[in-house]
Amino acid sequence: MSDQNKEYLILREEKKYEVIIGLEVHAQVLSESKLFSSSPTKFGSEPNTQVSLVDAAFPGMLPVINEFCIKQAIKTGIGLNAKINNKSIFDRKNYFYADLPQGYQISQYKNPIVGEGSVTLDMPDGEKMIGIERLHLEQDAGKSIHDIDPQNTLVDLNRSGVALMEIVSKPDLRSLDEVNAYIKKLRSIMRYLGTCDGNMQEGSLRADVNVSVRKKGETELGTRCEIKNVNSIKFMQMAIDYEANRQVDILEEGGSIDQETRLFDIKKNETRSMRTKEDAHDYRYFPDPDLLPLELNDDFINEIKKEIPELPDEKKKRFIEKFNLSPYEANILVSDIETSKYFENVSKNSDVKLATNWITGELFALLNNKSIEITESPITSENLAKLINLIKDGTISGKIAKTVFEIMADSGKDPKKIVEEKGLKQQSDPKELEKIIDKVISDNPKNVEAYKSGKDKLFGFFVGQVMKQSNGKANPQLVNEILKKKLN
Amino acid sequence: MSEINNLKLCDLVDKIKNKKLSSKEITEAFIDRSKKSSKLNSYITENFDNALNRSKEFDEKPDFNKKIPGIPLAVKDLFCTKNLRTTAGSKILENFIPTYESTVTQNIIDHGGIIIGKLNCDEFAMGSSNETSNYGNVQNPISENLVPGGSSGGSSAALAAKLTPATIGTDTGGSIRQPASFTGTVGLKPTYGSCSRYGIVAFASSLDQAGPMTHDVKDCALLLEVMSSFDTKDSTSVEFTRGNYLNDLNENIKGKKIGIPKEYRVDGMPKEIEDLWEKGIKIIKDNGGDVIEISLPNTNFALPAYYIVAPAEASSNLARYDGVKYGFRSKGENLIDMYEKTRSEGFGDEVKRRIMIGTYVLSSGYYDAYYLKAQKVRRLIKNDFDEAYKKVDAILTPSTPSSAFKIGEKLNDPVSMYLNDIFTVPINLAGLPAISIPAGHDNNGFPLGLQIIGKAFDEQNILNIAYSIEKNIGYKNHINDWWIK
Repeated sequence: MSDQNKEYLILREEKKYEVIIGLEVHAQVLSESKLFSSSPTKFGSEPNTQVSLVDAAFPGMLPVINEFCIKQAIKTGIGLNAKINNKSIFDRKNYFYADLPQGYQISQYKNPIVGEGSVTLDMPDGEKMIGIERLHLEQDAGKSIHDIDPQNTLVDLNRSGVALMEIVSKPDLRSLDEVNAYIKKLRSIMRYLGTCDGNMQEGSLRADVNVSVRKKGETELGTRCEIKNVNSIKFMQMAIDYEANRQVDILEEGGSIDQETRLFDIKKNETRSMRTKEDAHDYRYFPDPDLLPLELNDDFINEIKKEIPELPDEKKKRFIEKFNLSPYEANILVSDIETSKYFENVSKNSDVKLATNWITGELFALLNNKSIEITESPITSENLAKLINLIKDGTISGKIAKTVFEIMADSGKDPKKIVEEKGLKQQSDPKELEKIIDKVISDNPKNVEAYKSGKDKLFGFFVGQVMKQSNGKANPQLVNEILKKKLN
Repeated sequence: MSEINNLKLCDLVDKIKNKKLSSKEITEAFIDRSKKSSKLNSYITENFDNALNRSKEFDEKPDFNKKIPGIPLAVKDLFCTKNLRTTAGSKILENFIPTYESTVTQNIIDHGGIIIGKLNCDEFAMGSSNETSNYGNVQNPISENLVPGGSSGGSSAALAAKLTPATIGTDTGGSIRQPASFTGTVGLKPTYGSCSRYGIVAFASSLDQAGPMTHDVKDCALLLEVMSSFDTKDSTSVEFTRGNYLNDLNENIKGKKIGIPKEYRVDGMPKEIEDLWEKGIKIIKDNGGDVIEISLPNTNFALPAYYIVAPAEASSNLARYDGVKYGFRSKGENLIDMYEKTRSEGFGDEVKRRIMIGTYVLSSGYYDAYYLKAQKVRRLIKNDFDEAYKKVDAILTPSTPSSAFKIGEKLNDPVSMYLNDIFTVPINLAGLPAISIPAGHDNNGFPLGLQIIGKAFDEQNILNIAYSIEKNIGYKNHINDWWIK
């Protein structure tokens, strides 16, 4: 979609337009129960089976804050290096819709639980800081289903009242790659914290995308359009690319951009106007009188700070310093919390350099082929460490190790057992090796003569012959040493 | 009328505990009289058969340790009652049968009470005369074609007519105290946070409070004990040590400082109300209390502030009645059309008026000028009381600026109707407790009430002062059962 090393610009003849992007990410709080009720939140349940009287807004029902969701939001705020506000207020956002049982959504408007913060992106040309404007808590709505009954719209309230964190970035993003990196980084941080599973297929992570354009070099922001509810990184990138080009086309024709809310049509790959500023809803926000202001004292916040695990940025720093990894390697290993755990397990019990290579090489390829998560890997971190140690102590060669790895991938077996059963142990006994080498030398007198008369390249031929004779099990280093001695 | 109907709540509790009366006998007596009193139209939904069965069950397995063992009570139809229709006086909930019980009615049941029916009220508690109910006017038993007050008008009428030995109402701007005053009965609005709002159909969440309505102060103390509880299902419920209000009831007010706010001497207040107030002041002085003139300077702004805050919250609280999930639904061409028809047909005029006011004052561009300003006024009113309570222990005022009026008299003049709440509204805005007790009659023989306002969570104090005045004022209700003949 765009060249990684190039700036993301929309070009029209010699004119260059810069694209300004801000994201409002809606992340579902990882929680057993909803924000203001005790209903379960399990994904994929039968319609309307996870609905309490509060979620369905029965008369006289009242919201009660779920303390766990508050803690999750605070944790996330800490992960975003953000200010946790000692006082925040839940407001009602009033509008009518069939899947909004209360006739209002409980959200936070003027006083969010989390204030300004930042996220660091690792881009190919270095780090980039993206500002966070705020994070607030709000209820999700239910789901309107239009395609089951031809006459009626059906409503499923399972999602109604589920806790969402809306994370609003500053308009600091400038390219599709940055959007990709930003979403991935947010997801990574929340998964480290256990505050959101980041599962985009299940709708746990969605975003409203704000896009504006301006001629490169200008400092004023252009008029923005908001693209609602985009649920994959790819679609976000497609929507932004379409929208930025649409806006540039308008400006090129001498027009001006209307501030409006737009929808992204996946099938047609275009954005369409949903409502303009003039007919924007008046949500009549006001503090929810059913809920007291949320007051958090510093002790409460500090207790939560103690529960914060090492986050990707710190971990990356540690990996670079402690394990001598390159920033690139460290980045790959820390981006997913499970990968980092796996890596630490393997490297703790074996060799760091080999662990890095085997995980980012063979293991990633395997997971990719099988389309599985690292947590589902048939090769446990313990077994990979064992395999690496077999290489390290000379029991098997790197080449044999690949064979063993494949067997491990299919069987999940302990590599030591595989080596024993299949007799793959490396031949490291110099006397045994000498026997083979002597045989190879005596079988190939012409080549020996040629080698001795200066054909150095033939050395590889002898190594190959020895390996062949030993069924690949000969210790290559020893073979080299002995061969050199014998031939020179 | 059976002798049983003339007994007060505490007397009935004694009779049951002493096995002089059974729950069935008492329940039957109140059901019988309720059946004969249909002309008052105080019930929306009767629960007579069920209640009678419950009373028999109680008699078979009596538990005399309960506070109101086997006592039948009818309750305002704003409390959701499990398996018993709850309409809030509205057409939009005409067929709504809750699957759950409000905390307050659950407390009544847990303390041995038996719900015999649901009492009429203004639609969604919006009204001061019970004339906005979808289920018709309620007659004040004091005199034919007189309003019983509102919004707890069915409750005050049923109580005064002795169809129930006591009852419960809700008070958002005076909806317990004004009808109590209009019917010669006692009504108490507790401190905001004392009684749980869980399961009460919401009108204005930051103002709504449930409270007891009874024949005298003793009954009021007992019923408050029953109703009030800390409830984790209501985030605005307050955890404080609730008193033994009945046990600690004490008429000794010697040395108590009682404030008389000069701003409550409104222009055009009838002389008889002025006299009544003086009578109350004299009783306090005679009993050793100190009467101190105080000022609540922002009183004038209370009513306008109330008629912004309450409709604002109501406009949002009533959004859930949209025909989608429960209650009345009208057929529509599409979703919007269905909403419009359902809400046009389902709500009455007063409710619509308040939804429109509330929607307006919350609209962008008007929010600061109305809603935010009203919230600031609310804070000033609260400050007025805080200042006053540095000098006094409680405050004495009339309950209403007039006695009960005729049915239809103010129906087309909403502002005059709203003015009825002038003495009660500031208390809701400040979240304080206040009790109205009957204190005298006007020239027509219609009851008039005095209001005692207390410090937050100081219900015991205002009950004690009310008890002292009650003992000395010698009030008697004149009710001749005109509706039965």
